[in-house]
Amino acid sequence: MKMDRRAFLGKTALVTASLAAPAVLADGHGKPRVVVIGGGAGGATAARYIAKDSKGAIDVTLVEPTRRYYTCFFSNLYLGGFKDMEDLGHSYGGLAAGGVNVVHDWAIGVDRDARTVALAGGGSLPYDKLILSPGIDFVDGAVPGWDISAQNAMPHAYKAGSQTELLKAQLMAMPEGGTFAMVAPPNPYRCPPGPYERVSMVAHFLKANNPTAKIIVADPKPKFSKMALFQEGWANHYEGMIDWIGEDFGGGNVSVDPAAMTLTIDGEETKVDVCNVIPAMKAGRIAELAGVTDGNWAPVNAADMSSKADPDIHVLGDASQQGDMPKSGFSANSQAKVCANAVRGALTGSKVFPAKFSNTCWSLIDTNDGVKVGATYEATPEKIAKVDGFISQTGESADVRKATYEESEGWYTGITSDMFG
Amino acid sequence: MQRVLRVVLLACATVVSTAVAADVLGDAEAGKVVFDQCKGCHQVGDGAKNRIGPHLNELFGRPAAGIEGFKYSKSFRRAGASGLEWHADTLDAFLENPRSYASGTRMSFRGIKDAKDRQDVIAYLRLFSDDPANIPEADPTATATDHDLDPAILAIQGDPEYGEYLSSECTTCHQKDGGDDGIPSIVLWPEEDFVIAMHAYKNKQRQHPVMQMMAGRLNDEEIAALAAYFNRLEN
Repeated sequence: MKMDRRAFLGKTALVTASLAAPAVLADGHGKPRVVVIGGGAGGATAARYIAKDSKGAIDVTLVEPTRRYYTCFFSNLYLGGFKDMEDLGHSYGGLAAGGVNVVHDWAIGVDRDARTVALAGGGSLPYDKLILSPGIDFVDGAVPGWDISAQNAMPHAYKAGSQTELLKAQLMAMPEGGTFAMVAPPNPYRCPPGPYERVSMVAHFLKANNPTAKIIVADPKPKFSKMALFQEGWANHYEGMIDWIGEDFGGGNVSVDPAAMTLTIDGEETKVDVCNVIPAMKAGRIAELAGVTDGNWAPVNAADMSSKADPDIHVLGDASQQGDMPKSGFSANSQAKVCANAVRGALTGSKVFPAKFSNTCWSLIDTNDGVKVGATYEATPEKIAKVDGFISQTGESADVRKATYEESEGWYTGITSDMFG
Repeated sequence: MQRVLRVVLLACATVVSTAVAADVLGDAEAGKVVFDQCKGCHQVGDGAKNRIGPHLNELFGRPAAGIEGFKYSKSFRRAGASGLEWHADTLDAFLENPRSYASGTRMSFRGIKDAKDRQDVIAYLRLFSDDPANIPEADPTATATDHDLDPAILAIQGDPEYGEYLSSECTTCHQKDGGDDGIPSIVLWPEEDFVIAMHAYKNKQRQHPVMQMMAGRLNDEEIAALAAYFNRLEN
């Protein structure tokens, strides 16, 4: 038995070797190689579409540190009690089954001359085209008193997962009549309506569990996405609970003390029980390490999402500076398809169709009270430019709002199966 | 309750006139009005054809997924294979909540909550099934093709390959496998119906802001290409 098994293994190894050899000899480095960094709405979609549509003609490797991806979109609904954390979790098994080589590691550097990506685990991945979709990081010193070491005392919860769970735990542990504070970010940032949907979901939770609690929002902006819709909803559902302090009233002049749990707005210090600090944002760090950023973001060409600094690098989603599209999962997914089509065309000569982009952002204000805003976009030589748009109206009927919420649930199922297969 | 109704119906069938049966079933005249909300997808009556949904002639006694050539959902093919037949009781339960009755149905319809409306529409549909009632000589009650679209637009042959590329904009929301929760399924529609629906959004006759926007910037060839692609999807 032993002998047979060894003989069999030896034979198998030989056969494998002889099969592998011609592929290597066939071309300089065999099939064209695409490396995608970041497995969210941009990266997962791009990897999946390139692998699927090239039918094996392109080697696609996705580098993503986490084994299970929690969507940032819908994570506010977890805070409000409308979703479980596991409803937001997705594995990369579908991508692997679809022919994508999924590597769970951190990309720590890009050598643009050698066209290789360095991994924290020590490996190196060669590429012909590199797609960066790393999402966001935070700008150092954006909120005085806060840095990443304070994220346990004052969570940002703006990358979904343990931070979101921490914020929920803190919300649940608030003393009766306590204060929930949010420091909202300056433009541009991920998910423009996100902070305000979060305020709504926190209010929904508090109304049921801690109705005398208060919410303070310190905001460096004079206005925000879907402002009229949110303010109408807050007045209807959570009257007297939410105090939004905009730029005009010093909302941009803030500092925090995580040890003392205080928030100072325009010189006035307040003791708070939970403090959700959402600092100013920038492109995920690998974009900066690759040298494709200009300021906080990575400028791209609208037609194919290629970097203005390097034609062999494409940047998708939140990290990119593309023009009029908001930083959203929907946008990243839309950009990824344009990019996938262009990359495949460049590497295999397949037909490249003209770029079309679209986005819709749904937000939940209270049970069955959903609103949405959306637009279509086209590529111009300068930027991704808005073509047409719409927004939910104030005073809509309960039926319309309920249908909008149900539509958002349908969209969640749609986009996550579009991303992960 | 529903079982009892079924027995009563059978008794009626063997004994008496259609008037009595109509009583039990509901009011077919009123049902004709209720049926208005079904007409977008289903035809019934003389000359009725399969459109987005199957035609509903000879519905009573038909096994679920029983029309050859119509592309039913997996859910319905399974239900039919395991013996589901359409009768007043099964139709009543299905129409009350289509999704809970057959979770994977492609019928994008919330259901009819009012029991009397269900009975009326079932009575109406009953007119178009053989035995015991005579088949009435009736005009088609509905066509899904009430439209004023230029025949030249309908005649465009869509390129499914181009449609596949364009479809990636649709599949952000509409599931490719025909799944449907909150957002309707768009797979396996007859191409003509797809084209008519998209042009109705484009021309702002159908009301939905997202779809008006998406359709608004698709040209005639692109709409035809999408229709061709989604019609050919297998799930």
